[in-house]
Amino acid sequence: MTDTTTRDDSADAAAVATPELEAVNERQKRRRGLWLALPAWVYLAVFFAIPLAIVFVYSFATRNRFGGTDLSGWNLDSYRALGGDLVRAVLVRSVVLAVITTVICLVISYPFAYFMATRSTRTRNLMLVMVMIPFWTNFLVRNYAWYVILGTDGPLSTITETVGLGETRFLFTQTAVVLGLVYGFLPFMILPLYASIERIDGRLLEASRDLYATGAQSFRRVLLPLSMPGIVAGSILVFIPSLGAYVTPVILGGAKTTLLGGYIVTQFLEARNWPFGAALSSVLMIIMLGATVVYFRKGGQTL
Amino acid sequence: MGGPSVTAAVELSGVTKRFGDVVAVDNIDLAIADGEFFAMLGPSGCGKTTTLRMIAGLEFPTEGSLQIFGDEMGTLPPNRRPVNTVFQNYALFPHMSVRENVSFGLRMQGMSKSETASRTSTLIELVQLGGMEKRKPDQLSGGQQQRVALARALVNEPKVLLLDEPLGALDLKLRQEMQDELKTLQRELGVSFVFVTHDQEEALTMSDRIAVMHEGRLLQVGSAEEIYERPSNRFVADFIGQTNLIDGTVADRDTIVLANGSKVAATTGHVAGTSVAMSLRPEAMHIGRPEDIPATHATSSLTGTVTEVNYLGVALVYRIAVDWIELEVRAPTVSEVDRLKPGETASVWWARETAQVVAD
Amino acid sequence: MAGENITEPRGATKWLLRANASFVYIFFYIPILVLIVFSFSDNRNVGVWGGFTLDWYRDFAESDNTREALWNSVQIGLVATVISVVLGTASALALERFKFRGRAVFDALLYLPIIIPDVTMAVMMLLFFSEAAELFGFSKGFATITLSHIAFSISFVSVVVRARLGGMNDRLEEAAMDLYATRWQAFRYVTLPLIMPGILGGGLLALTLSLDDVVITQFVTGPGWTTLPVYVFGLIRKGVTPLINAVSVVMLVASTILVVLSLIAQRIRGGDTV
Repeated sequence: MTDTTTRDDSADAAAVATPELEAVNERQKRRRGLWLALPAWVYLAVFFAIPLAIVFVYSFATRNRFGGTDLSGWNLDSYRALGGDLVRAVLVRSVVLAVITTVICLVISYPFAYFMATRSTRTRNLMLVMVMIPFWTNFLVRNYAWYVILGTDGPLSTITETVGLGETRFLFTQTAVVLGLVYGFLPFMILPLYASIERIDGRLLEASRDLYATGAQSFRRVLLPLSMPGIVAGSILVFIPSLGAYVTPVILGGAKTTLLGGYIVTQFLEARNWPFGAALSSVLMIIMLGATVVYFRKGGQTL
Repeated sequence: MGGPSVTAAVELSGVTKRFGDVVAVDNIDLAIADGEFFAMLGPSGCGKTTTLRMIAGLEFPTEGSLQIFGDEMGTLPPNRRPVNTVFQNYALFPHMSVRENVSFGLRMQGMSKSETASRTSTLIELVQLGGMEKRKPDQLSGGQQQRVALARALVNEPKVLLLDEPLGALDLKLRQEMQDELKTLQRELGVSFVFVTHDQEEALTMSDRIAVMHEGRLLQVGSAEEIYERPSNRFVADFIGQTNLIDGTVADRDTIVLANGSKVAATTGHVAGTSVAMSLRPEAMHIGRPEDIPATHATSSLTGTVTEVNYLGVALVYRIAVDWIELEVRAPTVSEVDRLKPGETASVWWARETAQVVAD
Repeated sequence: MAGENITEPRGATKWLLRANASFVYIFFYIPILVLIVFSFSDNRNVGVWGGFTLDWYRDFAESDNTREALWNSVQIGLVATVISVVLGTASALALERFKFRGRAVFDALLYLPIIIPDVTMAVMMLLFFSEAAELFGFSKGFATITLSHIAFSISFVSVVVRARLGGMNDRLEEAAMDLYATRWQAFRYVTLPLIMPGILGGGLLALTLSLDDVVITQFVTGPGWTTLPVYVFGLIRKGVTPLINAVSVVMLVASTILVVLSLIAQRIRGGDTV
């Protein structure tokens, strides 16, 4: 906010209006907007856009014998390596687990969001806050909590043993990873679903019933189509981070259940194959961008 | 407006406002006198609010001169114009108390604390909000909010007060009360009030003069009576009050040929061949049986069939089908036996001077 | 707001919906409760109850490593929050109130950090700072972590402030100008107080995100520099001790305090949220 009164007091302020003056004014106004946006613009250009571009560039570079990266001899080797067995296994596993996570979240969240929409304003707000609190608490801590619960001799196992079901061994399995992901990302599904269901006029459902729709028909023909933007938004918001998840698989999945996120990290911090890691990141980014396009096409709005 | 006259409070000459390709206000000339209660009336989107916003400085004209008491305002920002605005829905600052709202303008002008305090108190008393100074806008009723908005503008002693649909958010009863209050206030203060409304009744009852706007153009400026009784064109005739518009063509100075070929007498005011409409107010017509038409009104009458009669207490509203049109006629209530019934043949006639001929 | 509430279904559906809702809340809160309980457990196994003790909290308080990591987290969080609040608020104002060249591109660029996965962002920052370190010769640590956190926090602040600005009646600014306020005064006395809840909310969100981040920080940190979550993550990978329970509970309490503060901030009255 650099300019205040100074520009207002320009000498030509009291001139008779002309299209030229209006254009000058319009330009000034635009410039003010640009100045306001400029710091963030520059910041994001330097610390986001350029890094993004570097990742793409790296994905075409070559890994040298010392684990470094030569920015020369550009090639598609890293992308070819995506076809390898291990990579394919990781990719498939990641997608499968991300899909399962998304479906479970949707199945739990839809009735929940619907129920929330039937409540009074006061209750809704309280319910919303109760969803927001775990959403805001530390992600790492939330995953770790499941580590404690599921661990050998942990509370869950103790309970199942006491009731005679024998000890449970969930920790370091894919089930545990899905559990952790659902736990972590459930609010991402609930919030957009709730936002879109809450907007629906209840009278529409009543009208459909009045027009001889059964409960199921009314759901399928009215509620479901109207809440579609929320379903799409929620699914994308759960699917994308699940696909790129790193912390959850490491804590709850152990060494055996490497997912895409963890695999990428490994390329940088352990295997030191940066070009390959960059290629994997690029793929993840492209999936993400594709999903975003779908999201906006479906008329979604931001969270 | 010829000859030198007293400087107008607000004068627009050739003012046009374009938003991209849309012409919101189209080449308007308008002079508002000092001390006048002036209404700008028109349907939504007619450019009346844009015109008001240009006077306030919230919008700058694309072209044209806009003067306030002889000073060119052109592209002067709102904070440097001697006018204040009562916004639609008031736009009271929700985070400030009544007192803070009212004193805002004075504080922004850097007026001394004591002066600010005393003028604020005076205005709060004037609009009868004493004792509510500490309340926030959302703790006030609609009528009280309206008064705060008034006080907040008037405390600055503007040379012209602009009001954008000031009564739009109030219920009917309150609206009527506030109409009287506004009128009284304006008379006491003696400053010009320029107010925008889409409610013709409000405009007719409150203002000294009315400007009717439509699609960015100024169609007619005049007193309530002038506008109601002598509309300058078809839109004004149709927009102000209820009327029957009968299409026809000018035959000569005193005759119009209607669409069905019948001739009626009227002061046409247009050259022969012009297509016009004749505006007949429902209450300006007499109704009876064909044999009741006075001989003097032979050429200012129409005959048709009653299709509907509605009882409104003091009046009866007849709908009468005449060939290609249906007329609405409002007549004093008569006993049921004397009433014309649907299906009966009925005639209407009118005094020649009440038929207004308007072009498109 | 259009229309009426959806009415609650009758019969079995009603009870299924209620059961599901209860399940969701139990699911959300049980792990948190379990964690809190076991942080007081006098047993070296993190999931086994061995009587009440405060030893783990004492260890936490006495450990130089955790104290230092905590202090690092707080410093980074505060600096990142302040900068991203300023940049994010300015960009929200620009986007909500002005048209300017490149607006659409800017808008899109602002959305990306929100939707991009952590890991990708981490990779981006790692490669960027490695290249930059080679060019300009600086060591990674406080600055690189803070710069990275700002890069994603600006967007979140901007979204929250924009929502607030969008809900604010923009006639209010005009009213202020009509009442002799300059553009700056209108901003200072009308706009700013009314969007303050959004700014506070956005700031607290930025702080929470900064205090939460593991992946990005892990990628851009340098030798000798660690934040609390990265430290804890390292401990978990090495082998857990109940000390982690205690540290976790401290982090839990900190983030809960932040949520509550932000909810209070959102509730502060002001602005016709039409």
